[in-house]
Amino acid sequence: MSTPLPTASPRLGIREAGLAGWVQRHGMWLAAAVVLVALPQILKSPVAISVMNQMGIAVVFALSYNMLLGQGGMLSFGHAVYFGLGGFVAIHALNLVAQGSLYLPVALLPVVGALGGLFFAALFGSFSTIRAGTVFAMISLGIGELIHSSSLILVKFFGGEEGITGNRTKAPPLFSLSFTTDAQVYYLIVFWAFVATALMYAFSRTPMGRIANAVRDNPERAEFVGYSQRWARYVSFCAAGLFAGLAGGLFAVNYEILTVENVSLTASGSVLLMAYIGGIGFFFGPILGAIVFTFLQSMLSDFTGIWLLYLGILFLATVMFAPAGLAGILVMHRPAWRARRLHRLVAPYVLAAGCALVAAVGVVGLLEMVQFVVSGPAGRVTKRLFWITVPVYTVWPWVVFATVALAGAWALWRAAPIAAAAFNDASRPATRP
Amino acid sequence: MELALFSILNGVVYGMLLFMLSSGLTLIFGMMGVLNFAHAGFYMLGAYLAYTLSVHLGFWTGLLVAPPLVGLLGALVERHGLRRVHRFGHVAELIFTFGVAILIEELVQFIWGRPAKSYTVPALLDFPLFRVFQTTFPAYKAFMLLISVGIFVFLFYVLARTRAGLIIQASLTHPGMVAMLGHNVPRVFMVVFGIGSALAALAGVIAGPVLGTFPGMAQVLGSIVFVVVVIGGLGSLTGAFFASLLIGIVQTFAVALDYSLGDLAGGLGLTVGRTGLLSDLWPITIARVAPILPYLLLILILIARPTGLFGTRET
Repeated sequence: MSTPLPTASPRLGIREAGLAGWVQRHGMWLAAAVVLVALPQILKSPVAISVMNQMGIAVVFALSYNMLLGQGGMLSFGHAVYFGLGGFVAIHALNLVAQGSLYLPVALLPVVGALGGLFFAALFGSFSTIRAGTVFAMISLGIGELIHSSSLILVKFFGGEEGITGNRTKAPPLFSLSFTTDAQVYYLIVFWAFVATALMYAFSRTPMGRIANAVRDNPERAEFVGYSQRWARYVSFCAAGLFAGLAGGLFAVNYEILTVENVSLTASGSVLLMAYIGGIGFFFGPILGAIVFTFLQSMLSDFTGIWLLYLGILFLATVMFAPAGLAGILVMHRPAWRARRLHRLVAPYVLAAGCALVAAVGVVGLLEMVQFVVSGPAGRVTKRLFWITVPVYTVWPWVVFATVALAGAWALWRAAPIAAAAFNDASRPATRP
Repeated sequence: MELALFSILNGVVYGMLLFMLSSGLTLIFGMMGVLNFAHAGFYMLGAYLAYTLSVHLGFWTGLLVAPPLVGLLGALVERHGLRRVHRFGHVAELIFTFGVAILIEELVQFIWGRPAKSYTVPALLDFPLFRVFQTTFPAYKAFMLLISVGIFVFLFYVLARTRAGLIIQASLTHPGMVAMLGHNVPRVFMVVFGIGSALAALAGVIAGPVLGTFPGMAQVLGSIVFVVVVIGGLGSLTGAFFASLLIGIVQTFAVALDYSLGDLAGGLGLTVGRTGLLSDLWPITIARVAPILPYLLLILILIARPTGLFGTRET
């Protein structure tokens, strides 16, 4: 089951000591922190803030998932269990706080979620991490289905069909932060997402994180060196559960509701999608994946009813053509960047992307028209598509879109080799042997 | 007595249906070492295609035409998708089938819409076959049983008694040697994948009118089929057969029984609380636990015997 995955190699070079060195080493993190703090001042619309909140939660969740799949080599089909149960624990805690039987500021609620996730991960991990590979995948699927079906039985805990609701404004404020607006919640989510990301990155750099990598790549050899593969998997699993629970706690604060959907196989599947589209071989891959996935999800679902179909196609295309994900595509260009030849790629890439865009317009047009015919609103014969009104029940829009799709596909088929050749040319070593 | 008889009959019908799905799945696993998440998707596609055909051309056309169509589609997926992903390793293959499963579900909703379809039992078979006391046994269920037993016999005959079956069995265990002897092993894999998909579709065609034809039908049965395959032992056809019957009968019996945990505690002379977060636990009857029983069984089996009941390999 285990495939060797590329890992980021430590960059060579001499570091300066002192403050300058610290800034140099952590430049990315500082820049990210500044951008994250400044973002709500730039994107002020409520929609943007709520999408960013969703992204923050998704980033933590996807990163925690990658602790299993990317770093530990454990393919889980039930990771939403720890996200959802952490969230449920957090929302029950929130309700206790609102009743006055527990004192806890809302800002610390995600920690409760994290502890809930850790508890259930420690419980279920104790037997599911005995083996890796298919057995682990199947047990995770079984636990996922078990929790999801038992939610219909434990109605008090899971709240049945309606789920459990809470109210974050009922909790006592900390430093006069009452979390009445989405913007305040944004800062809460960003704070915890940043802390969690830093901690998860730090974990991947600890000896424990490295042993998890070793166990992923060659469990037998790790055992011979003297490390227990089971213990390495268990620790990774618990850590992943902890951060998934933290994400669940953030979800509870942000949405103030948790339902059975949060522990379902669909939720587990979408975190797998996020991590894989982003690239499981790189630490920052799932961050990219979560941002892109959430963005597409919220943007596409505004425009079309079949956004999941498009996401499914995107996912399959990633698995088939770019198994290293978006992060893999980015990292692939490092040699060209080092050799300062990146500018040579612009023209061929724009050409190929243009062709792909034309093909996509054609295909999307056809799919949208089919969807309109099958389950569109009754009594209407026209549909707004790409800013024009299309009479769906006539022949010519079908002909036009089919032609556009075919022409785009043909052009892409011709343009792709040009782009590939340009890439190969730009990435070859600067000095030829 | 009446309850037991009908529970067993229904359990066997359901179990044989599960076997039609799990036989293909376990054969595909034996070949590629990968669980095919899209398998239940092919089952759903079979039901929907047969529904559309049955509206225009009648039930029997659907029964005959839908499975080969889906089988062809399965073979195409193997040839142009799975084989391509194969070089990226097992995880990529597994994730690929997961993606295909999502895509099939979305496609079905896209083409046929979200509401359930009224795919009905053909008029020819729409009568009670026999009656015991108050309960009747529909003829259609007998027909389902007949088809699935027929498939079972056919499958075992082909695999055990024919030359093609010999090549398939050899390809599972010694692909290199079979290729040396001049057989096209990738094509054998493609054909087996296609046949497995066609069997899943056939199960969908005959189950659609009884279990319902709706976009969630793949998820409902998909996980159960995984449970069956894992409990029986991955790659083992005999195991799949016994596990199918086991799960089928356990589930139908559990639905029929009406005892609760509280009854058990009461029988032991304990009193249980009626408040608190876990107070829901006590009035739970076995009937309500039925949906989680297969998964409990799955986890227990995997902990105690990761190879399953009849299996010989873990991954």
